[in-house]
Amino acid sequence: MTTHLRAAFVSLGLLTILTGVLYPLAVTGVAQLLLPRQANGSLIVKHGGPSDQPAGSALIGQPFDDPKYFWGRPSATGPFPYNAAASSGSNLGPTNDALTTAVKDRIAALKAADPDNTAPVPVDLVTASGSGLDPHISPAAADYQVRRVARARGLNEEAIRRLVEQQTEGRQFGFLGEPRVNVLLLNLALDAAR
Amino acid sequence: MTTNGWLQISFYLVALLALAKPLGGYMARVYEGQPIWLDRLLGSVERAIYRLCGIREQNEMGWKEYGMATLLFSAAGFLFLYALQRLQGYLPLNPAGFGAVPPELAFNTATSFVTNTNWQAYGGETTMSYLTQMLGLTVQNFVSAATGMAVLVALIRGLARKSAETIGNFWVDLVRTTLYILLPLSVIFSLVLVSQGMVQTFSDYQKVKLLQPVSYDQPVSDASGQPVLDEKGQPKTEKVTVTEQVLALGPAASQVAIKQLGTNGGGFFNVNSAHPFENPTPFSNFLELLAILLIPAALCYTFGKMVGDTRQGWAILAAMTIVLVVFVWGAYWAESAGNPLIAKMGVDQTLSNVQPGGNMEGKEVRFGLANSVLWASATTAASNGSVNSMHDSYTPLGGLVPLFLMQFGEVIFGGVGSGLYGMLVFAIIAVFVAGLMVGRTPEYLGKKIEAYEMKMASLLILIMPIIVLGLTAVASVTATGRASIFNPGPHGFSEILYAYSSMGNNNGSAFAGFGANTPFYNLTGGVAMLVARFWWIIPTLALAGSLARKKAVPAGLGTLPTHTPLFIVLLIGTVVLVGALTFIPALALGPIVEQIVMIQGVHP
Repeated sequence: MTTHLRAAFVSLGLLTILTGVLYPLAVTGVAQLLLPRQANGSLIVKHGGPSDQPAGSALIGQPFDDPKYFWGRPSATGPFPYNAAASSGSNLGPTNDALTTAVKDRIAALKAADPDNTAPVPVDLVTASGSGLDPHISPAAADYQVRRVARARGLNEEAIRRLVEQQTEGRQFGFLGEPRVNVLLLNLALDAAR
Repeated sequence: MTTNGWLQISFYLVALLALAKPLGGYMARVYEGQPIWLDRLLGSVERAIYRLCGIREQNEMGWKEYGMATLLFSAAGFLFLYALQRLQGYLPLNPAGFGAVPPELAFNTATSFVTNTNWQAYGGETTMSYLTQMLGLTVQNFVSAATGMAVLVALIRGLARKSAETIGNFWVDLVRTTLYILLPLSVIFSLVLVSQGMVQTFSDYQKVKLLQPVSYDQPVSDASGQPVLDEKGQPKTEKVTVTEQVLALGPAASQVAIKQLGTNGGGFFNVNSAHPFENPTPFSNFLELLAILLIPAALCYTFGKMVGDTRQGWAILAAMTIVLVVFVWGAYWAESAGNPLIAKMGVDQTLSNVQPGGNMEGKEVRFGLANSVLWASATTAASNGSVNSMHDSYTPLGGLVPLFLMQFGEVIFGGVGSGLYGMLVFAIIAVFVAGLMVGRTPEYLGKKIEAYEMKMASLLILIMPIIVLGLTAVASVTATGRASIFNPGPHGFSEILYAYSSMGNNNGSAFAGFGANTPFYNLTGGVAMLVARFWWIIPTLALAGSLARKKAVPAGLGTLPTHTPLFIVLLIGTVVLVGALTFIPALALGPIVEQIVMIQGVHP
């Protein structure tokens, strides 16, 4: 019994040092050395001054509701959308009234900004993402917004459509995941094109 | 459902099955003490640990001693983790200055991590200091997984040995699992995950500029924290404009690797692997998915190797894979059908090459439907519990899939080690049922299955439903229990059933809208997790001890071969029948009623 008690506590202590201290430190060291951009959040550094604040992360979405920008997925984080310090989904069930009301409001907002658009709304544009930080929308959701953005910016639709195409990412290795458009990168490209 | 979706699912299954043999063979060498090339690197570390712990490597244990060592080690882990949470306010590496975790929550969390459940009633970034996360939670991710694998290996030895009194040395199995299997795999996985964009840093949260500032209304509160009311008696609000985004960072990759490999599932960030920093790309998603089932699948081959007939392992793996595929299909079908209540509003839910479509509430665009439902099925088939989409927002039948998979007792792959020892118990029941049909004494792998073995096996499969259904019933009829419900109607009942199915099977996934952090759920759930873990471990080891003592009977004409398609069907039938007979009535009250409500378009 005493031999087992000693073994229990000492082995726990030793394995704690190995897996709780040495392992994360070693992985951090190698990651920071070989993959510093990825390990630190894939930040978008603008070509202004080097002291400038990063313009976001290529992996984390930002909130948009101005008609001249493409809008991303609805976000359920609190107290404001796309709060990257408190990720959250809506967790609303499929038959919850709160879900149908929220979807109705989002459709209304899209229609208000673009009244004569009668196309069916792509589902990812009116449903909250799992993380509340989804950086992407589908190519269909981007296409739905092209006319509105073009009008708000006084540009022709073709120019906007070309930008969307440039920012559209295919499936990884040709078959993994879904085709998608990074909303923040697209909007940064829009501003740069002006 | 799309062709590409099925292509992704098939690719995943092929990769998983292709890796089962090389990894499974390697693990067999680790457990049989054969030379492996990592010996040269870590052999001295292994021997130093034995020396400091006073462990004699050659001393084998009987099942009672093995069980005692398992319990003592788990108890030590529990005490340390509980104390760490209660004392974190006085300890270093606590930049946010968190105080002591409340006792019921600390009890629930310590239980959760020691039992390889990783049910999270807390929010990591708002409750636990860095020190608690590192020294407590991460460490248990390794050692609770290693404990499960050790118990499995003891049971395999019981089946493989003849007229033997011992089933191995727990300390040796624990240390070798951690050093030679979990650590090296975790290092490889974490670095590949970083290459995809997963964060791994100890620096502070990063502030970035918002391209378009965002405003919101914030309730005003006075000095004592009470909301201030305006003239009409409504809470007063003020407009706040946010111009910056704060990106939560941290050493995520190292924790995510072992969270997946050890079927732990406890997330680094609140939304787990739906978070772009915890699962940045479709390829990282593929790797994390692979890590969920990798060791449970490979252990089937290890089992076959160690009992001297790899066909036995393949048969078990085939049974697990078939059940998984059927359930993936079910979830994929249900989620592709989408939500008719939303379709009515002129929303396009078609699956195509330009949009993921289907039920996208709680899902991420980069994963789409196929990867979300595959994850939901794999994480609950295994006792992993991590998520890449929000199960609470699934269509009712889509959500039934993860719920039902947990209720099979976590034996379809299951937890590392624990899943296979659970499945072997079902195999013993299957041969017993077959033996009854033809009137012969049942045998499994040359061992006669007698009254003692059947008593242990029955004990095992009876306790889980009693705990899960009993606690669900209590919670559903008490106001305290119902207060945690988030979604109204039958979905609310599903939330309670999901919570206890998850904790009562050491899974850890949740319908996350459910308010789990109350004293009632922390205490009852903690008990459920303890029972689920140790009620299995002790009879399993007793079974191992009893099987090891038996002589081997040569296979005769009346012996049921346990590597054939017939046996695979028999095994699947046993698992599914036991699960279905026990849980279909409860499932009918939750997801099945809700599906009908949803199709009818009437709100509850």
